[in-house]
Amino acid sequence: MQSTTRAFKANVRKAIVEPGLQKALGMMKTGFQVRRLAAVEKLPEFEQLRDQARDIKNHVLENLDFYLERFERKVTEAGGKVHWCRSAEEAREAILGICRGVGAKTVTKGKSMIAEEIALNDFLEEEGIEPIETDLGEYIIQLRGEPPSHIIAPAIHLNKTDVIDAFQKAHTHLDPNRPMEEPTALLEEARGVLRPKFLAADVGITGANFMIAETGSTIIVTNEGNGDLTQILPKAHVVLASLEKLVPTFEDAATILRLLARSATGQEFSVYTTVSTGPRRPDDLDGPAEFHVVLLDNGRSDILGTEFQDMLRCIRCSACLNHCPVYATVGGHAYGWVYPGPMGAVLTPTLIGIEESGHLPNASTFCGRCESVCPMRIPLPKMMRHWREREFERHLSPPSVRAGLAFWAWFAKRPRLYRLATGLAARLLGLFGRAHGRYGWLPLASGWTRGREFPAPEGQTFMSQWRKRSRA
Amino acid sequence: MALAQMPAASPRVGLFVTCLVDLMRPSVGFAAIRLLENAGCRVEVPETQTCCGQPAYNSGDRRDTRDIARSVVAAFAGYDYVVVPSGSCAGMIHEHYPALFADEPETLAKAQDLARRTHELTSFLVDVMKVERVGAAYSGTVTYHDSCSGLRELKVKRQPRRLLASVSGLTLKELPGAEICCGFGGTFCVKYPDISERMATEKADDIKATGADTLLAGDMGCLMNMAGKLQRQGSGVRVRHVAEVLAGVTDTPPIGEPKA
Ligand code: SF4
Repeated sequence: MQSTTRAFKANVRKAIVEPGLQKALGMMKTGFQVRRLAAVEKLPEFEQLRDQARDIKNHVLENLDFYLERFERKVTEAGGKVHWCRSAEEAREAILGICRGVGAKTVTKGKSMIAEEIALNDFLEEEGIEPIETDLGEYIIQLRGEPPSHIIAPAIHLNKTDVIDAFQKAHTHLDPNRPMEEPTALLEEARGVLRPKFLAADVGITGANFMIAETGSTIIVTNEGNGDLTQILPKAHVVLASLEKLVPTFEDAATILRLLARSATGQEFSVYTTVSTGPRRPDDLDGPAEFHVVLLDNGRSDILGTEFQDMLRCIRCSACLNHCPVYATVGGHAYGWVYPGPMGAVLTPTLIGIEESGHLPNASTFCGRCESVCPMRIPLPKMMRHWREREFERHLSPPSVRAGLAFWAWFAKRPRLYRLATGLAARLLGLFGRAHGRYGWLPLASGWTRGREFPAPEGQTFMSQWRKRSRA
Repeated sequence: MALAQMPAASPRVGLFVTCLVDLMRPSVGFAAIRLLENAGCRVEVPETQTCCGQPAYNSGDRRDTRDIARSVVAAFAGYDYVVVPSGSCAGMIHEHYPALFADEPETLAKAQDLARRTHELTSFLVDVMKVERVGAAYSGTVTYHDSCSGLRELKVKRQPRRLLASVSGLTLKELPGAEICCGFGGTFCVKYPDISERMATEKADDIKATGADTLLAGDMGCLMNMAGKLQRQGSGVRVRHVAEVLAGVTDTPPIGEPKA
């Protein structure tokens, strides 16, 4: 996916005046947040589970090579194949090879953020293979030709009328006057269109929520059951996953699963939790003839051992997005690349570079809500600050910001001069602002005063008044 | 002021005024001093303080942050407690100073020591000084915004409410979404004014919907942001730092309002 992250500010300006988007985002406060809280309150051991989950992933990250090798051995024993891919390009080539191997014309896909990361759909289309998204939200945005705006609810930026529009345009074989007002009607329509595609697909591609080292199994969770049809019906099942999805045992996966759906949608468990181990065995009733795991690194191993390692604990639950006031204001597309919200603000620079994505870790108030809900206890604000430090060290932050900061810091380190400067500023601002108590416009602060009044100071600094009082 | 139990001796408290209170609203500093003295503290204000360093810290400028932190550590050595009328600046000293000096054992020990002694004003009064009532009066319905750092870094939530409950004539109407950021965010409001302004609008709408005539909070930055937004919208909600109401010093006009 082509990044528009450099244009973050322009993206924001567009997003905040788009009524449809703002309406859709307004629903989030009452949806995800309320449901998560209710689910968490019902589980007394939730906080302990967070500690356990953090420790499990930390252990994996400290011993990643060991568990990766074990995972590969187990996949192979079960009759599958692991493809090690260092880059997006290698992953795309590996998938193309599998598709060519079974003569694939169409490919069904379960929801996968990694597929977005490696821009798989565009690539397959260029190669003459038709990719079909089977998750309802993904299907809708595929019809609209746009990227997901949320990591678990890809079409959350849309309203029902947008969906009706998209279906009217795409499903021209149906009666244009059919009733479409009920959400169930839309669901049924999508089902009807997708069913034959499931049956016709030659390859099914899914992501993975977990890879289990002790058995070589992968797990996905869905609410629509589309993942099952995607992986069982075609000749080959490709699991596309990044390294850090690994856990040692089923038990470990179960621990983290107890956090995942609660943190994401407030469900105790997702509707479907599907385990895949190898291709179809002789006595299985169904299943794919081939089982492949395309294992993507794409810069992740470079994060190991750095101040960003904790980010690899992320299970893509989306709690941080759902509770982020910035995300709720601008929506996912403004972030300009695959991963939005707080997790994206930390992860995106590791994957496409801080030069490209410098806005993301800066566009945060550090309100800390993301960290407070992250089931994996990832210190997201701290890592955003680390990105700012790297930017500062490399002189990547905007010159105006650096100059302002240097000017301020010079005074802040010299208390006496600082007193003189603040005393003067307080008196001046106080003098001219006194009549109204505030400013409707101030030079150098137009960003503030465009939408807000700026309160006038009382007139004399605390320190000068205090000094006078102590002398008196 | 009634005290549940006096601490052993009247402790010596260093007041960290914060740069915004110093520059914008000295009344908050004097209100804090009154509250602390009423609680039995001896209050001093070290002359060499300027700012806690957050603007530099949150801009990735670690070197200047460390320099500033070092001088704060020195200025506040020797006090029994350091009290701050801001959750954000108290959080900076309490949570982040030690992390700045991981590679400098001597300063680290001092920073940790300072962190242990540093408290946000209302939580200091309630948790350390065991204050249960303040003798103030305020006639009106107030609503309260929980500023982010105080809330999440220092767990300041029930302390201001507890003290407000003892103000005679005051009714507290809880603010829905009180834990959601108001959009100030320090340098954020300058770097991303469009987002900041939208967040402030949401907050102002929530505040007005409570029907309260007064908005209180414990951080000047957030207060200026919310007051600025409310006033731009033409709302008459009065905005004050919680310390002003608790100390009963409400003779200065509310934030952003002219002298009567
Ligand atoms: S960073 Fe935490 S909260 Fe955000 S998606 Fe990852 S696991 Fe979930």
